[in-house]
Amino acid sequence: MHSQYDIIVVGAGHAGCEAAAAAANLGSSVLLITMNMQTIAQMSCNPAMGGIAKGQIVREIDAMGGYSGIVSDRSMIQFRMLNLSKGPAMWSPRTQNDRQRFAEEWRLMLEQTPNVDFWQDMVDGVIIENNKVAGVTTSMGQKFYAKAVVLTNGTFLNGLIHIGEKRFGGGRSGERASTGITEQLISLGFRSGRMKTGTPPRVDGRSLDFSKMDEQKGDDIPARFSFTDTPLPVTQRSCHITYTNPEVHEILKEGFDRSPMYTGRIQGLGPRYCPSIEDKISRFSERDRHQLFVEPEGWNTVEIYVNGFSSSLPEDVQYKALRLIPGFENVKMFRPGYAIEYDFFPPDQLELTLETKNIPNLYFAGQINGTTGYEEAACQGLMAGINAHLKINEKDPLVIKRSEAYIGVLIDDLVTKGTDEPYRMFTSRAEFRTLLRQDNADLRLTPLAHELGLASDERMKKVEAKANETGAIINYFKSQSVSPELVNPVFETLGTEPIRQKLKLINLIGRPQVSLSDLAAAIPELEKILTNYTTDAIEQAEIQMKYQGYIEKEQEMVDKISRLEDITLREDFDFDGIRSLSAEARQKLAHVKPRTLGQASRISGVSPADISVLMVYLGR
Amino acid sequence: MTSKAKLETTNFATLMASGITFSETIAAPATPPGESSIAVIRLSGPQAVSIADKHFRGNRKITDLKGYEAAYGTFTDSEDKDLDEVVIVVFKAPHSFTGEDIVEISTHGSPFIVSRVLESLVKSGASLARPGEFTQRAFINGRIDLVQAEAVADMISANSSASLELALTQMKGGVSNDIKSMRSSLLDLASLLELELDFSEEDVEFADRTQLKNLIEQCLIQTKKLSGTFRAGNALRTGIPVAIAGKPNAGKSTLLNTILQEERAIVSEIPGTTRDTVEEEITINGVRFRFIDTAGIRDTTDLIEKEGVSRSLKKMETATVILYLFDLSNDTTEDINSTLKEVTSRNSFKDRVLIPIGTKSDLTSAVDHPAVADMTVISAKTGKGLDILFAKLEEIASNRKQEAGDHAITNIRHKTALDNASDFLQKALNGLTQGISTDLIASDIRSALFHLGEITGEVSTDEILGNIFSRFCIGK
Repeated sequence: MHSQYDIIVVGAGHAGCEAAAAAANLGSSVLLITMNMQTIAQMSCNPAMGGIAKGQIVREIDAMGGYSGIVSDRSMIQFRMLNLSKGPAMWSPRTQNDRQRFAEEWRLMLEQTPNVDFWQDMVDGVIIENNKVAGVTTSMGQKFYAKAVVLTNGTFLNGLIHIGEKRFGGGRSGERASTGITEQLISLGFRSGRMKTGTPPRVDGRSLDFSKMDEQKGDDIPARFSFTDTPLPVTQRSCHITYTNPEVHEILKEGFDRSPMYTGRIQGLGPRYCPSIEDKISRFSERDRHQLFVEPEGWNTVEIYVNGFSSSLPEDVQYKALRLIPGFENVKMFRPGYAIEYDFFPPDQLELTLETKNIPNLYFAGQINGTTGYEEAACQGLMAGINAHLKINEKDPLVIKRSEAYIGVLIDDLVTKGTDEPYRMFTSRAEFRTLLRQDNADLRLTPLAHELGLASDERMKKVEAKANETGAIINYFKSQSVSPELVNPVFETLGTEPIRQKLKLINLIGRPQVSLSDLAAAIPELEKILTNYTTDAIEQAEIQMKYQGYIEKEQEMVDKISRLEDITLREDFDFDGIRSLSAEARQKLAHVKPRTLGQASRISGVSPADISVLMVYLGR
Repeated sequence: MTSKAKLETTNFATLMASGITFSETIAAPATPPGESSIAVIRLSGPQAVSIADKHFRGNRKITDLKGYEAAYGTFTDSEDKDLDEVVIVVFKAPHSFTGEDIVEISTHGSPFIVSRVLESLVKSGASLARPGEFTQRAFINGRIDLVQAEAVADMISANSSASLELALTQMKGGVSNDIKSMRSSLLDLASLLELELDFSEEDVEFADRTQLKNLIEQCLIQTKKLSGTFRAGNALRTGIPVAIAGKPNAGKSTLLNTILQEERAIVSEIPGTTRDTVEEEITINGVRFRFIDTAGIRDTTDLIEKEGVSRSLKKMETATVILYLFDLSNDTTEDINSTLKEVTSRNSFKDRVLIPIGTKSDLTSAVDHPAVADMTVISAKTGKGLDILFAKLEEIASNRKQEAGDHAITNIRHKTALDNASDFLQKALNGLTQGISTDLIASDIRSALFHLGEITGEVSTDEILGNIFSRFCIGK
């Protein structure tokens, strides 16, 4: 049997799949080990990708040459651009997906990726040689050797499923937990913790009365995640919205004494932004209803995901409560919701490359790092795959900055601050939100990916063309003036001040009420010019012109701090030896071991004066 | 996840505050605080020359000076009013202490003047230097030897912990409640904005534009109010201004001289600055007063004297306490009452403490004058009655102290932060009225929070998110 690889990826979820694809596409030979080849890229939670902040991440993964965007596009059953009433930095693409198609597309893409081998087995340990990772061992007694290993174990490490008073080992509904790895890693000096998450029940769509719910359709003009030419959906499936009520809450409360949350059997910390229905009822007791999203699981299946009803109450209580929900009177349940506890490793034990500080060439990605969400996992997998490949080829690591991508924000937050609860991305976590838009993910990241060899020349050419066209449109707006008689009639209908003299177009596009298409409709010359450009470039130019002031303000701040971000600290920098640092800063710095002065400044307890002191010691 | 405000700023604020960017021009006094014959304020950075030039009127323009050259002239504040006569010396990069362009402004050594000069420089774009920042720049720019690194680092950390402690003491009392309430208004505002951005798909009630507008206005009132207290707080440090007013020959100069003599006898004399109106700084029982002699006040048609009168009225306006002198040997009760009535009815004298004083009691039998019951009677010549006046001043000072200590900010750095935050709140408010999108308004609010970080403790994303999760039911 072939047992020597460049890189072994353990786990084939969103993180593992991206890691395997990235490393293989860069030229490494990759072995992807999963406990079950039928559940590659399984969506364990709701059948949707993207959303606010997460949609931006999917676009970034795609711009970097990852597969999540393409797979999501190919398996989408609905597309919505969220937050369209806000500024463009807030626009967030989201798809509902066919759960089975999603997994199938991923598997097909991986099968078509040269350099990726598969093996179905449970990894129960890593092989350490000369203080470096050298491979993995499996429960069937196999040994596989590699120069680097990426662990993406998701919720499987000592996974424990709770449904009411029942409790059993498992990594996901109907799947075994993985054992052995945590214990070995602890013996190697790692710290581990417990986290908790949950899912709602799945029900039979044939038993629901959708006429009693509100329909939520996809966008009339659907878009997609990928910057490549993935097909746009011809038809879409709707979701439905319904609500709980006081009767539902009463029934649920009856089960509280058998709830693992309230009886203290669950120790892991769950996310505050993804509470179970029992949590919502007890924490917000003044609310007499909670919204539920009734999401189809695919094109053809009747299975329905009851989003918003995550629960670990006994299945009979879940069932009784569901039946009191409008539209659910005759509901048939396929499987109950459950809570799951799993091991994670506090991510402050990682380098910004996602390599562990303890064991060289060992990388962690996804929920093992305390995150939640497909998108968060996928982008970590991508970065771990890239960096594992770079490391074994003795190349410089790739660390994306906070000012470059949400991916950079996510990894920097994890490594620098750690996390107590499952970490999910929010746009508010990014200090340069106006720069990190879904519309410019390709402009931001594809050049990086192209240089690495992950994005093709064709992709790069497309990005260059978009950038050039955008520039040309902006130049046109800067150079061309328009007379009052041409635009004032339109301005009047838009409710914005008329102009008194000829003005440059660039000065008019900044008005909140005026869109580029308004101007094009009023100015025939402009309309004609625009036919030379792609819609992507036109949209890009409009955004860059309209929000110029805010974009420039953030860019200025980025430039200001870049000097600090570029000052690197040696791995063995002796923080303890600097007595001018405050005691707290000394301790925190020695613990986190920041690699740049910028990262050091983000550690809580490190003050501006401490940074100044470090500057001085670094000798300019 | 911590909800408690941290006094050290972290994250982005730390980057900016560590003074590492050097694109800023920094300013700070180079001489120790307190009275002295002269004081030196130092500016360093790319805009040092141009900023100083905005406030200088003299025989040469500062922009025309070569390195190591000096100019003499007047330093004017942001409203173009004269502040002091100054000598300005320019050092050109890299031949200066920090290796950058440096401008040194020598003023008279009054803390009041120093603080006004700094305020003016900040308004024109300078930032206040962090502790040790000049030295730090000198080091970074290679002007200090590497072996001195440790000493520099020690100084930075010692200075900053001292100033942190100082900031903490300054924040005790009533002002800290004002700051807390301002912080919580801002946190709520930021939370409502972020709620609408990150959780727009949730089934929660979002703030409408009117609510947001009210919240921003409320924050704006709070920041402006706090910033406005700076003058009161500053008066304590720079001396409580006391105007000596009255008709010509009412005995103003005599009184000032007597007070000076008396004070010399009690404590040491500290020289102040002398201008058109005589101004003297005197410490009475540890409290500093600035006595301002004004030209005589009376209705007049004489042009030259009119100028003097209007100036003395101005001086009275800037004072906290007005000693209004009446010549008991000359003024009738009617005169006195009508004058007092006129002074108290003047709007610009509202909130001033007015002390009517009867002088020349050695000439007339004081007890005989019908108006004495309502005034402090003194004889500058014999010194009689001065103790009563001092006691009154002390009482005023102690009241002020309490007030200022409780409700005023005294740190110019804090005032600057509040003013910057006000600007961004105003921008957010304008944006809201113009109908720009919430994320852009949130961007301005973030900037306001960033500036306030130094006073309120950082308002971190984690705290905003925590506030949202505790108040709104988030999550499908």
